[in-house]
Amino acid sequence: MIKNALASALIWLIAMLITGVFAWLLADIIIHGLPHLSWSFLVEAPGNAGRSGGIGPVIISTGLILLVAVITAVPFGLATAVLLSEFTQRNSRLGRLVRGSLDVLSGVPSIVFGLFGNAFFCIYLGLGFSILSGGLTLACMILPILIRTAEEGLQATPNDYRLASAALGMSRSATLVHLLLPAATPALIAGLMLGLGRAVAETAALIFTSGYVDRMPDSLFDSGRALSVHIYDLSMNVAGGDANAYSSALVLILLLLFINSIALSLANHWLHRSVVTV
Amino acid sequence: MSHFINNKSEQVDKSDTDDTYTLGPLQSGPPCCIPEPLIRVENLSLYYAAKPALESVSLDIYKGCITALIGPSGCGKTSFLSVLNRLTDMIPGCRVSGKVHFNSTNLLSPSLDVQGLRRDIGMIFQKPVPFPLSIRRNIELPLREYGMNKQADLNEVMQQVLRDVGLWHEVKNRLESPAQALSGGQQQRLCIARALALRPQVLLMDEPCSALDPISSGIVEDLIQRLRDKYTVVIVTHNLAQARRIANFAGFFWIREQRAGCLIEFGQCKQIFEAPAHELTAAYVNGSRG
Amino acid sequence: MFLLRTDRQLAFLLGSCALLSAAIVLLILLFLVKESWPVLQHVALMRFVTDASWHPVQGLYKLTPMLSATLYSTLGAILLATPLGIASALFSRYYAPPFLAGCYRRLVELLAGVPSVVYGFWGLTTLVPLIGRLHPPGVSLLTGILVLTLMILPTVALTVDAALAAVPVAYVRSAAALGLSRWSLISGVALPAARSGITAGILLAAGRAIGETMAVLMVAGNVVEQPHSIFDSVRTLTANIALEVAYATGDHRAALFVSGIALMTLVLVLVGIAECFPRKRYYD
Repeated sequence: MIKNALASALIWLIAMLITGVFAWLLADIIIHGLPHLSWSFLVEAPGNAGRSGGIGPVIISTGLILLVAVITAVPFGLATAVLLSEFTQRNSRLGRLVRGSLDVLSGVPSIVFGLFGNAFFCIYLGLGFSILSGGLTLACMILPILIRTAEEGLQATPNDYRLASAALGMSRSATLVHLLLPAATPALIAGLMLGLGRAVAETAALIFTSGYVDRMPDSLFDSGRALSVHIYDLSMNVAGGDANAYSSALVLILLLLFINSIALSLANHWLHRSVVTV
Repeated sequence: MSHFINNKSEQVDKSDTDDTYTLGPLQSGPPCCIPEPLIRVENLSLYYAAKPALESVSLDIYKGCITALIGPSGCGKTSFLSVLNRLTDMIPGCRVSGKVHFNSTNLLSPSLDVQGLRRDIGMIFQKPVPFPLSIRRNIELPLREYGMNKQADLNEVMQQVLRDVGLWHEVKNRLESPAQALSGGQQQRLCIARALALRPQVLLMDEPCSALDPISSGIVEDLIQRLRDKYTVVIVTHNLAQARRIANFAGFFWIREQRAGCLIEFGQCKQIFEAPAHELTAAYVNGSRG
Repeated sequence: MFLLRTDRQLAFLLGSCALLSAAIVLLILLFLVKESWPVLQHVALMRFVTDASWHPVQGLYKLTPMLSATLYSTLGAILLATPLGIASALFSRYYAPPFLAGCYRRLVELLAGVPSVVYGFWGLTTLVPLIGRLHPPGVSLLTGILVLTLMILPTVALTVDAALAAVPVAYVRSAAALGLSRWSLISGVALPAARSGITAGILLAAGRAIGETMAVLMVAGNVVEQPHSIFDSVRTLTANIALEVAYATGDHRAALFVSGIALMTLVLVLVGIAECFPRKRYYD
């Protein structure tokens, strides 16, 4: 009985410790970040290497990088998920090959994605340090998440729909477009949000693909600094940049909270499981 | 090959009194129709991976008749139905051998137009499967797939089939509301209407009443009776009394020792229930086995 | 599988997309090898271990200090995060009242989404001065381990939670019916039943810790030296790449890609082992 009570006490203690540490982290960022946070901070260009001014161009670049990533990854992700879920059998050779390689891809460390993006998109394809290179690198990175969630969403749709619509002589394509994809939409959106969350949190893969330039980008071929890279640069390379780094971190966390809460509420409802980004 | 007792002396009974439904009168009961085979099944076997599920089934399905398939669970009745509109294609690892002829085309041919076949041979499932769309879209979706695009045509067909299943008056004011809000019996009738809209020759029904409450079940059963003559119906049912009430022909399936289903006896419904040739059939219909 | 004609066309299109997606891994491997080829051609693999130091410009390619920094920090983080993570999962599954459990799980899920750069930044501004008071300079293996622990804690907690959720209710109920105390029920029935899921989760978290770049880079000091105590400044493999790729050229750049291959191999071995443990998938 003593053991039982001890275990209870220890577990409560640890839970409080964890909650406490994370409350400390969040409070620290809110307390230091909130005073500088204002509308002008969000729209102004950074000045004096980021020590003063705002993060306007950084937000635009972040948005563009995410846009490129999503626009390229979603069609491929959706197509692959549909193939895996609707057009291959669980153990077919193609299915196993694709699933296996996606499992490997989801395990690749982000810095390796950075190396690859640098070598392939920036140098081999000649895109240089650009928003396009960064976005495409992130697209590769989030592809496995998109595919897995979309596949699970499709598999969660009732098989009755497939049988009933086949019995009506409808093609798989029509079944897919009219019945399965609409039914799986919440899961697809949840997956997209998970992917977005992961992409927006990414730093290592962007340092040598989209680069450091904090000017407002003129086109997708310009280098653009992502929010996470901005925080990294301010805290590591710019003495006296902490105040703005705190505010940027707060913006990033708020953005992520927003994205993740959409993803989590949809995922908990529709995928019936808990999901993690990182 | 036929196991049934051919009885050409049976007369077709067509009274024309009840005109509430466009499908025509309620048939008083089996047997009624001209034994003209529409589907001929010869020596059909079916395997899931290496496991046999059905072994050498041979029977004829007669045009305009209701054929009931009875037998204990797991004896391959549903698998047999699925062969007839090639839904077996959707089951991974499912292999079918033997011959099935429908209107002189080989149903099992790999080059067959399956889409067209499934239009000719519709299927109703145990659990009603309305799509998560409006009542209207449920009926229109397959029609549009086959190229019927004019709203006037679509409306006409929809109204026709909803009348056929006796649903028109119940839903005509809420065609745009979700089909899944209908009651179980209404959903099942909607599914039948959806299948009828494609003008099929054959309707396969896999225990269409067993997921419904007794009243809805009765309504659907009446509807099935009215489908006789205009359509050929093959129905799987666990309800022996129902089979006896509605069917012209009956086939009795049983599970053999090595766990593969097989057809024990096939014949006129009356004969199967009143003078079964096989002792297993007699035991089953009397309720002493199965 | 039988397909209609329109479906076959669609399947072909989808198949092409899927093959392209699957090819990304090959492309990554191809480019890692291609970029590291120059140095692999004239430098024996053993020299990455036996060279005197890491001075790639002078042709010295000793990777072991970075490798050991990576391994030590991962090991430390796993040792800390495993008990904490398991306790955290037990809390939300068996100890907390339902409402609190829901909130707590939500908190952990949100923490799993906090970007590594934020953990690193917080570590740099808060933990480093604290550790620095204990033993200057503060940027050290210890800080790296602590920040990494925070980062992988949610991963461990959520995998263990998923593994515990997969334990059949009947086990727990029949154990409770025997009058077992809560702790005996957990240690005797629930945890053993969830063992393989927990192991997989820890391996997965280890993979994540090895691959983590920013958080460690920001707090560990980045001195290329074999660490002798947890207060020594260290540089991990990932940090090394992040710090040097920007200006590296020629053999130096190639050597960094070699460390990229090493990193990927390490992570893939871990993920591969983790895949061998049957479990409920919980993550991406």
